[in-house]
Amino acid sequence: MPYFLAYEQFNDLIHALNALGYRCLGPQVQDGAIVFDELTDAQQLPWGMRDTQKPGHYRLQKSELNEAFAWANGPQAIKPLLFKPKESLWRVERDATGAFTFKETLPENKPIALIGARACDLAAMAIQDKTLLQGKYIDQQYRWHREHLVVIAVNCSYSGGNCFCVSTKTGPKATSGYDLALTEIQNGFVVEVGSDKGRDLIDSLHCNEAEAAKIAAAAQRSIDAANMQTKRMPKDNSRALRDILMNNLDHPRWQEVAERCLSCGNCTAVCPTCFCHHQTEHPTVDGDGSVHAREWDSCFTEGHSAIHGQVVRDTTEKRYKQWLTHKLGTWWDQFDSSGCVGCGRCVTWCPVGIDLTEEMAAIAGESNVVADKKEKSA
Amino acid sequence: MSAIDTPVNTKIVARSEESGDIFTLTLQFTDTQEKNYAFQPGQFNMLYLFGVGEVPISILSHGEGDSLYAHTIRRVGRVTQGMSLLQVGDHLGLRGPFGRGWPLAKAEGKDVLIITGGLGCAPSVSIIHHILKHRAAFGRLIILQGVKHSDDLIFKKQYEQWAALPNVQVALAADSSKPNWPGHTGLITELLDQVNLDVNNTLCMMCGPEGMMRAAVKRLTQLHLPEEAIYLSLERNMECAIGHCGHCQFGGDFICKEGPVFSYPQVKALLNKKGF
Repeated sequence: MPYFLAYEQFNDLIHALNALGYRCLGPQVQDGAIVFDELTDAQQLPWGMRDTQKPGHYRLQKSELNEAFAWANGPQAIKPLLFKPKESLWRVERDATGAFTFKETLPENKPIALIGARACDLAAMAIQDKTLLQGKYIDQQYRWHREHLVVIAVNCSYSGGNCFCVSTKTGPKATSGYDLALTEIQNGFVVEVGSDKGRDLIDSLHCNEAEAAKIAAAAQRSIDAANMQTKRMPKDNSRALRDILMNNLDHPRWQEVAERCLSCGNCTAVCPTCFCHHQTEHPTVDGDGSVHAREWDSCFTEGHSAIHGQVVRDTTEKRYKQWLTHKLGTWWDQFDSSGCVGCGRCVTWCPVGIDLTEEMAAIAGESNVVADKKEKSA
Repeated sequence: MSAIDTPVNTKIVARSEESGDIFTLTLQFTDTQEKNYAFQPGQFNMLYLFGVGEVPISILSHGEGDSLYAHTIRRVGRVTQGMSLLQVGDHLGLRGPFGRGWPLAKAEGKDVLIITGGLGCAPSVSIIHHILKHRAAFGRLIILQGVKHSDDLIFKKQYEQWAALPNVQVALAADSSKPNWPGHTGLITELLDQVNLDVNNTLCMMCGPEGMMRAAVKRLTQLHLPEEAIYLSLERNMECAIGHCGHCQFGGDFICKEGPVFSYPQVKALLNKKGF
């Protein structure tokens, strides 16, 4: 049975999480975008803020709505909290004989409770779990962060211009991966419980059960958000894209998109599933030790495919082809899913507004505009 | 402890210079717990130079019964430059073994054709050791090695020793050569016409520059060796060796995990495409 959390009780949620030892992160306006940062009071939430997103375009505006989650998303997903942009992997000490002692370094930060993750972000987290936790090898740092994370999802009541999670079947309503899922309605939130941790949390808040009208209002908000979407991934982001891409490696569109692409890597930085990273070395000043770390990398860099003096992907065309064929195609071979969750971030944050749904449409020969919205958008 | 996530300490017990820019370091674990370390021919280790970083290097020794692991390395980048300066008694970190090795079980009862180019001969040494150790389980062993210039040939003594063994054929090719070069002057693919393959009962394993491997596959299929009888070891940028860092992707395969050894039909579609 869902519960109702009134706006006045939102701080109780923050305090309850703090009491359990979690540092709360939540959405706030910073530098003209919604970002996740330390949240100590509901007043910090982006009340009334709404984002306008188009290819290569993100603007926040104050709307008339008295809501905290009237926006679609910002540049971050959950990824930077679990698969950190920089993280130490192991440390080595050299003794007087020159021999080494290696020690794995595990994170030491306080457990985090993330408030405001979207359905697409949770879908992306499930994909990263497959990459880093569920294969032959386990990423120990990711595992630590993952086991110490509480997710309070907030279902979308609005879709941005680049959202296409309906076609990728990853939203706009969260179906799994959360501890609690909130849907904002008048004066508060309908709350669904997704885990034992979430159950304990909601019990401690003494919320009332949500009555039928509130539950119906919440359901309608998800329907409204879904209906706002005008964009879609061709073939509904299915496995069919794999063969379409791999059978069209010589398609003229690759050269055409390469003429627009700056090979900057913004798309891979904001993508909530991109996992490429390179390893770096940080010797201590005294020369007796060193820290081996990793940092996010991008298939759009020259170094990504460099091997003893040669670069396998020496042109933007080859790099864009790697990105798209992997994300929408060969990801199926690796993880039995697409690598795309329809969040639209790579479209929004591309400085030249390249839209992967449009590129895929050009190659697949199927529209990236939702059928009954074609007139509207034309 | 496992040497998969975090390296373990090793000591250099032997060092030899193979050519101007190629050297071999033989390593021994210093921790007795590592006596359980075992690898399959064709697998590789990540070798760590203190304060500089790791590189993937294939393992030469046959790994059965001895606890010394030789790695032949070309001096090309920062890490390998540094490694080339190390001496006996110095230490290296080691993670491994990683990857899928050569299909030795499939090769049993068959002739084995080994085609290598340049430093590609290094990953083949462990196969040759394995076959020689289990000689009765395999048919004829044919070893073909190609180099750009006759001066580039390494392991010269070993080739001579192998050539002297019964049922082993060794043929060398150099694109250009000095006087008195005992091998063929020309392409390695031209050697294939001289070795008299039993195409119905041969398994081919190759490692070397992709251009050479593509040409060799072409000639072998013209000679009617089935595509399924051809295995190749591929190489891409590798930093983690556990399929997480993304650099070694070859289409849907992570070369560090699903490879480095692949059957030809598995990689055929992308082998001729630029950018993968």
